[in-house]
Amino acid sequence: MINIPATFRISLRALRANKMRSGLTMLGIIIGVGAVIVMLAVGSGASRRISQQIASMGSNLIIVMPGSSTAGGLRMGAGTQSTLTLGDAEAVARECTAVADVAPMHNGAAQIVYGNQNWATGIEGSGPGILNVRDWTLAAGRPFTDQDVRSATKVCLLGRTAADNLFGSADPLGQIIRIKKIPFVVIGVLAPKGQSMMGQDQDDTVIVPITTAQRKIFGTRLPGMVRHIVVKARSADEMAEAEAQITELLRERHRLTPREENDFTVRNLTQIMQAAEQSTRIMALLLAAIASVSLLVGGIGIMNIMLVSVTERTREIGIRMAVGAKTWDIRLQFIIEALTLSLIGGVIGIVLGVTGAKLLSVLAGWSTVISVLSVLLAFGFSGLVGLFFGFYPAYKASQLNPIDALHYE
Amino acid sequence: MALIETDRLSKIYPVGETSVRALDEVSVTVQPGEFVAIMGPSGSGKSTFMNVIGCLDEPTGGGYRLEGVDIGRRDRDALAEIRNRKIGFVFQGFNLLPRTSALENVELPMLYNGIGPKERRRQAREALKMLGLEGREKHHPNQLSGGQQQRVAIARALVNQAPLILADEPTGNLDTKTSVEIMELFVKLNRDAGRTILLVTHEPDIAAFSGRIIRFLDGRVISDEPVRH
Repeated sequence: MINIPATFRISLRALRANKMRSGLTMLGIIIGVGAVIVMLAVGSGASRRISQQIASMGSNLIIVMPGSSTAGGLRMGAGTQSTLTLGDAEAVARECTAVADVAPMHNGAAQIVYGNQNWATGIEGSGPGILNVRDWTLAAGRPFTDQDVRSATKVCLLGRTAADNLFGSADPLGQIIRIKKIPFVVIGVLAPKGQSMMGQDQDDTVIVPITTAQRKIFGTRLPGMVRHIVVKARSADEMAEAEAQITELLRERHRLTPREENDFTVRNLTQIMQAAEQSTRIMALLLAAIASVSLLVGGIGIMNIMLVSVTERTREIGIRMAVGAKTWDIRLQFIIEALTLSLIGGVIGIVLGVTGAKLLSVLAGWSTVISVLSVLLAFGFSGLVGLFFGFYPAYKASQLNPIDALHYE
Repeated sequence: MALIETDRLSKIYPVGETSVRALDEVSVTVQPGEFVAIMGPSGSGKSTFMNVIGCLDEPTGGGYRLEGVDIGRRDRDALAEIRNRKIGFVFQGFNLLPRTSALENVELPMLYNGIGPKERRRQAREALKMLGLEGREKHHPNQLSGGQQQRVAIARALVNQAPLILADEPTGNLDTKTSVEIMELFVKLNRDAGRTILLVTHEPDIAAFSGRIIRFLDGRVISDEPVRH
């Protein structure tokens, strides 16, 4: 029968007897645990930020770009040829079963004016589907309709940044703003989304019916052409299906023979974003792995000091054996000592790591996320380190010959 | 029933190609309540004999029965348990734990046999009181004189009610006056409390306190006779 409370007291006393040494040994664990926590917090902060940005772009997005044009042997890159029409967008919406919604796009930049305020912003011409595709919600007002698109009415939806810059705290609904001197009625205000992955302010925008953008704001040499089409698939599982359906449909509509290349490109935007998210996550894991090396080094420090401790206390071990301490009494004494070192170090490391992560987000503005799991993981890992590196010295102590130990000088 | 009974007990250490017979077929019987002194020059085998009797070392041949129980080949933990319950050790160098109070030093054997903390404390206090160390419970070994330290060690040897006390040169580090005090303590323990005591010494004056002297030479018993007081 092993007397745990008494063994625990013995271990604590031994640690107190060498405060400096115990403290320095603990420091290794403190730094290791602290580093692991900070790195995990920074890493998961970064990947959460990216997921938020992905979510703010709209989910399950596919982007269809026109093909490239060739002039004098020079291929001009994607989007230089106008091959996509409003009809294509409508056909995709109508015929592709894996598609939830479609937004043809014609965008540009323009100066917008209200009263004595003016502001340069992005103008996005699109259909009513844009709100659903991009996961926009309206903070106030109503969306525009198919009717608005058909008759190219002069109505607009304001992003939060654009609205704030023109109206301040006043209510923009029903007011008339001018885009390139043309009056538009503000029929809705979009709920804020924040920055995109590329650092753009997604709220600095004005959405108008695509026909209005084409005919009245920007004009176009090719009526009915769109810059690109953004498509939302029904679900993440149907992305590939949607891509295939769109490709097939557009090839048919553009009358491409099997030998001709596509005159458009279909890209899975979500996939690209997810790749970015995954690489961030891998980066975070890498950081944590590097930090855990320092935890390992801390563990070796514990083993080192425990070996010294066993040697120093050989005589004590001999005395304990003489009065009846069994193998596991001795082992536990040293294992508990190592565990105490590593767990106290772990707790201090957690406190420092959490504080450090908070400081980073407050002072440096990094987004950090401290999950309960990462704290438990770091604590558990430090305990394992103590157990692992404490066992060999404890084993060594328990295998001493009592006579030799008693006469050790 | 004899307390200690050895039957041609041998301990042979291999040294290079030859071997040293530290114990050469030693047969000794000690009855409960005896006070035996073991004498002999260094290297005579008396320490090896004590280590084997104290279950700190295992013989290479022969038999050893303690309270009628055969202490043959046993594993470490079984020997530890026998030491804990049957034997109290008193050493020349006191062998108290440093930075540990007298009370806790006396409690030590009870840490390893499942006696509750309150009972442990009570018995340790009682043992210290019996040895005249009342009021010194909180003192650490370095705050006690040699004689006091040895009395703490004796209290530790007594506290488990072990039938056998093994004292290895218990007065070796003490001055003459203190040595006499300690020896009188042993005599009292033997006479009044009925403890069996095995004492290793090379001083005839100290051996004279006992009731029987066994002399060792070259691993053999050369004489075994009662002391005439």
